[in-house]
Amino acid sequence: MEGSGFIVSSSPHQHTTVSTPMIMSDVILALMPACFAGVWFFGLPALGMMAVCVGSAVITEAALTKICGKPVTVRDYSAAVTGLLLALVVPPDLPLWAGAIGSIFSIAIAKFTFGGLGQNIFNPALIGRAFLLASWPVFMTRWRWPVHEAAWIPKFDALTTATPLVLMKYMNIKAPYAELFIGRIAGSIGETSAFAILLGAAYLIYRGHIGLRIPLSFIGTVAVLTALFGQDPLFHILAGGLLLGAFFMATDYVTSPVTPRGQIVYGVGCGVLVALIRLYGGYPEGVCYAILIMNAATALLERYTIPRKFGEVKRVA
Amino acid sequence: MSEGGVFENMAIRTFKGGVHPSYNKDATYAKPIRSMPSPGKVVIPLHQHTGAPCEPIVKAGDEVKIGQKIGDSKARLTSPIHASVSGKVKAVAKHAQSSGVDGLSIVIESDGLDTWDESVKPRDSVDRLGPDKLIGILREAGIVGLGGAAFPTYFKLTPPQGKAFDTLLLNGAECEPYLSADHRLMVERPADVVAGARLLMKAIGVERAVIGIENNKPDAISALMEAVEGDDSIKIVPLGVKYPQGAEKQLIWAILGREVPSGGLPVDVGVVVNNVGTAVAVKEAVIDGMPLVRRVVTVTGSCVREPANLMVPIGTLVSDIIEVCGGTRIPPKKVIIGGPMMGIAQYTTEIPVTKGTSGILLLSEKEVAGDEPIACIRCGRCVEACPMNLMPLWIAGYAEAARFDESERLGALDCIECGCCSFICPSRRRLVQGIRLAKAEIRARRNAKRG
Repeated sequence: MEGSGFIVSSSPHQHTTVSTPMIMSDVILALMPACFAGVWFFGLPALGMMAVCVGSAVITEAALTKICGKPVTVRDYSAAVTGLLLALVVPPDLPLWAGAIGSIFSIAIAKFTFGGLGQNIFNPALIGRAFLLASWPVFMTRWRWPVHEAAWIPKFDALTTATPLVLMKYMNIKAPYAELFIGRIAGSIGETSAFAILLGAAYLIYRGHIGLRIPLSFIGTVAVLTALFGQDPLFHILAGGLLLGAFFMATDYVTSPVTPRGQIVYGVGCGVLVALIRLYGGYPEGVCYAILIMNAATALLERYTIPRKFGEVKRVA
Repeated sequence: MSEGGVFENMAIRTFKGGVHPSYNKDATYAKPIRSMPSPGKVVIPLHQHTGAPCEPIVKAGDEVKIGQKIGDSKARLTSPIHASVSGKVKAVAKHAQSSGVDGLSIVIESDGLDTWDESVKPRDSVDRLGPDKLIGILREAGIVGLGGAAFPTYFKLTPPQGKAFDTLLLNGAECEPYLSADHRLMVERPADVVAGARLLMKAIGVERAVIGIENNKPDAISALMEAVEGDDSIKIVPLGVKYPQGAEKQLIWAILGREVPSGGLPVDVGVVVNNVGTAVAVKEAVIDGMPLVRRVVTVTGSCVREPANLMVPIGTLVSDIIEVCGGTRIPPKKVIIGGPMMGIAQYTTEIPVTKGTSGILLLSEKEVAGDEPIACIRCGRCVEACPMNLMPLWIAGYAEAARFDESERLGALDCIECGCCSFICPSRRRLVQGIRLAKAEIRARRNAKRG
């Protein structure tokens, strides 16, 4: 038999079927319940925001890779994930042009300037959100009630519509658990429905794409600290962006530690920061900044949490 | 750790990390081992084991018989080689070999008679043989580890000064996908496996042996349980089905809960590990007086017309074996010696089976379809999968950046090259390849330093 034509490569010769594009598309699939809830509660403008953010993220990535002569990487779906996540963490009435700018900023500045997929230090979608909040703070803090209005919503001032965390922090009004759970509350497009987010998170866990270390240590820390400071931990878990952040943002592979112990410290760190911001900070909500700050600590955490090698002799004295 | 508990608790034992590749053993695991008719010629490399290569002790034109020693060395670590067919030595020449490097080999043309050398005869008074005698017999018989590493068995059985064995482990995990040679041996020749185990126990002076078998081979487990019935010194332990369950350090951990220290050997925790196939070869060498001239090879992969477990003479060319298996159904895209996780891809089928050849895989385009590597997304799957608890992404990453000192600091030399990290990487990064580069570079630098 002729020898020519055989592929000669280094072992292993067998691979898992799970691929990066598959993981990214699974994340998109897992976000579908939250997307659906967003459109259900905030109407078609929410759908428009998703389309604009995903579209501008993908176009930005394609254009930049092309201009720089790099392989076009949009087919790994990571840009689409960034765009979609950004759309889910902005208010429903944000002008579409602002969403587009945020999305472009996410990809061009937060991801591409660092070297593209896998290289960025900060979560691009959250950088996009932080950028929008700094640039158009009014748009970014103008909330709207869901189109399906509920009886409990306080009617005292139609203009000061506020998120449950704002109502809690400044008016001591607590939204009912049921409303928080299904998401009939004011908030960012994709963060209001705990149910929808948990559904997607369960899918990612089932598929093995995310572990429990980061989300559980994150959420657990928030619960413990808010309880310690005399607040309702369940309310703090369900309100605001905690669940979306803990399951879909803090678990972002690129910007969170790869070491198991590092992941726990990272999750705890996120939780501490969220609790501090919510309880004592100038903002009612702190998930975005908490994760971004911990992103900055990721490399350091990894350095100090390298696993013990199998067979590494325990140091005696 | 209580040693007694190891056997009282029948919970399935395993190790941390690892992966679950598709096992692809269906084509051969139920097929009895058949003996291949002697091929027209064999090519027996002088170097097919760990240690020093042999010097030829025959020359072109010599007549040889099966079992006759044709190569040996005076080195401390080596293993002699023997003729596997009877006939005439055609040449002592360089020949392509599965390691990828052409090696000096003895080419024998078979006379088709399969005449055995007079030295090959059953040994009587086996019971009176002491450890030194047994170890000497194994050396002379050219017994090496048949699991793939081909480490000379006699050498492994002699503990270094100041160290001692307390347990013999037999590795029947066969965790590499596709392979079923060990499985068949355990099912068909359990008495020989056990006889080999007893001889090995005697050779190293231990009272206890454990045979670890992955739990997906219930027939092998029950066959061996039956074979050891009434003998409390040999235990059969079912192991979790996970790759690399059969890796030496992982096997020891799973069965005994002992951790072989970094850079150390199983003897450091009082253990020696041998493959079940090696145990059969030990039995044949000691009791039947037969040197290692043949072995079981699994020939499979979707391109093979009739996948089989074949007993083949050492030195048989892969191309001849493929013919015996009915040829190819479709043209193979990749030819692998060994299993798909750790085996070596070949550029030709004109290479001989050596003592370490456990499998021949002919994989189709579909089976080898691999995506090009893309950027690491730092998912951490390689970290979770590494059975040595290393950071494959960093070790390989530093190797790619030629910062080998960093790779070394992160434990590159502890890597057992099982391939879990590359297997699991969703970005298809060539992690083991990078780590191998680091290891080679680190070793080269150390050697250079030594002068």
